[in-house]
Amino acid sequence: MIAALRQFGAVALFLLRTLAAVVPALRRPGAVVRQIYNSGARSLVIIMLCGLVVGMIMGLAFSDMLQRFGSESALGEAAGFALLKELGPVLTALLFAGRAGTSLASEIGLMRATDQLTAMQVMAVDPMRSVVAPRFLGGLIALPLLVAIFDILGLFGTQLIGVSVMGVDSGTFWSQMQNAIDVSDVNEGIVKSLVFGAACTLMAVYYGYNAEPTAEGVGLATTRTVIASSVLVLIFDYMLTAAFL
Amino acid sequence: MSQQSGPLVVDLAGVRYSAADHVIFDGLDLAVKRGSITAVMGPSGTGKTTVLRLLTGQIQADAGTVRVLDRDVATLNRRQLFGLRRRMGMLFQNGALLTDLDVFENVAFPVREHAHLPEPVLRRLVLMKLEAVGLRGAEKLRPQELSGGMARRVALARAIVLDPELLVYDEPFVGLDPVSMGMVVRLIKHLNEALGITSIVVSHDVPEVGSIADYSYLLAGGRAIAQGTTAELNASADPAVRQFMQGASEGPVSFHYPAGDYVGALLDGSDIPSGRPASRKAPHARRGAGS
Repeated sequence: MIAALRQFGAVALFLLRTLAAVVPALRRPGAVVRQIYNSGARSLVIIMLCGLVVGMIMGLAFSDMLQRFGSESALGEAAGFALLKELGPVLTALLFAGRAGTSLASEIGLMRATDQLTAMQVMAVDPMRSVVAPRFLGGLIALPLLVAIFDILGLFGTQLIGVSVMGVDSGTFWSQMQNAIDVSDVNEGIVKSLVFGAACTLMAVYYGYNAEPTAEGVGLATTRTVIASSVLVLIFDYMLTAAFL
Repeated sequence: MSQQSGPLVVDLAGVRYSAADHVIFDGLDLAVKRGSITAVMGPSGTGKTTVLRLLTGQIQADAGTVRVLDRDVATLNRRQLFGLRRRMGMLFQNGALLTDLDVFENVAFPVREHAHLPEPVLRRLVLMKLEAVGLRGAEKLRPQELSGGMARRVALARAIVLDPELLVYDEPFVGLDPVSMGMVVRLIKHLNEALGITSIVVSHDVPEVGSIADYSYLLAGGRAIAQGTTAELNASADPAVRQFMQGASEGPVSFHYPAGDYVGALLDGSDIPSGRPASRKAPHARRGAGS
């Protein structure tokens, strides 16, 4: 219990140090853009592929389930709600933690192991500003964009299977969705993606920065990043879903 | 106290430092004269790198004073410490080049962080430093494409790019082939003279560092057991100094880690401890941290 509290305190302090370094880091927008590319653009393929497949699965499963109740016309509505409010942010965040989070943690952990962070400090350069803050900002900005792309591909996949294979009317699909989805539903997805982006990226930079300077330490940091990010995403998802009810 | 006289750039007096219940230094005195090349030698694990970490303020002494460039490191706040570090350069044992930047950007990194020079001026400055270490033609290479000796020289160019007053080298000769080692030895000497800086070289490569050092300290047992010029250390009658300077396997520093009866261990394993050994380092290393 005490160890858990100590860990929570360490993460909270690290977050404060990161936030304090965010404004100076913004004076170098090039570094932030590079990290958006590293975390976001390099995750695009896996996010697009998974979004499409998840949408196709929903097209099959939702159509089958709704047909049993004679409500197949509600496919667009059900898919929109599920993707925008839950599946989009949660699945994208979990994939992000596995792709970009591990990459960030191992990169920073290796910088620790090869004395690069120490070298920066000896050169009177704060690694929190030069290394941690740009990566934190990059992840924070990249995840909502990835969620939007996941949602779009997911809806396309649902429509592709629901309309083409399961026989749902295309007009009904889109009109039902437009009528049912509210701005607050979209906002919920945006807020979740921002919170998940902050949580996943914070875990990656925290565990990478504090990794033991050994091969085993870097591996452990990577594993902990995925576990902590996944757990945090699910906990925050429950809390935010409850808050938006 | 040390025998170095004249204006001092570094002055360690009565330094005590412990880590993980091991006393690494207990009353260490070490002084470095301005403009000199000072060698800090000693067997692995005697705390040579710890001296550099004390000088650069990465760690604080438990007792005693650490004065660097007329500042007491223990009294500096974060901003003042960073100010002091800007007047110093450090060459890491592995180079510690930033792996996401090419050679040019690695050398330019401290300048971009601290000096904000116009790009043409920055380019000329970086190329001058790369020329000084003989690697101007390698400006576009990535750190992964460099040999160990080249990486060390790029790191050296980065360390001198802001014209430091004090340059510290952590094991600059480790893992280098004879040609690269000779180059680095000459570079240290040349840079010290050409730039008028003060150099501290931590090393256990006695012939190389001894050939360029104006003054040397030999660390063992948490303190400097000998100091003087290379000739003075070579002429020392102290068995520990003689063993180190001559690289003898027999002497006060034992080759073997303390262990039980060898024959008994082979025959019945009776001396195998039930838990893990406290440390796998050499006997003298138990008191030290790093090299």
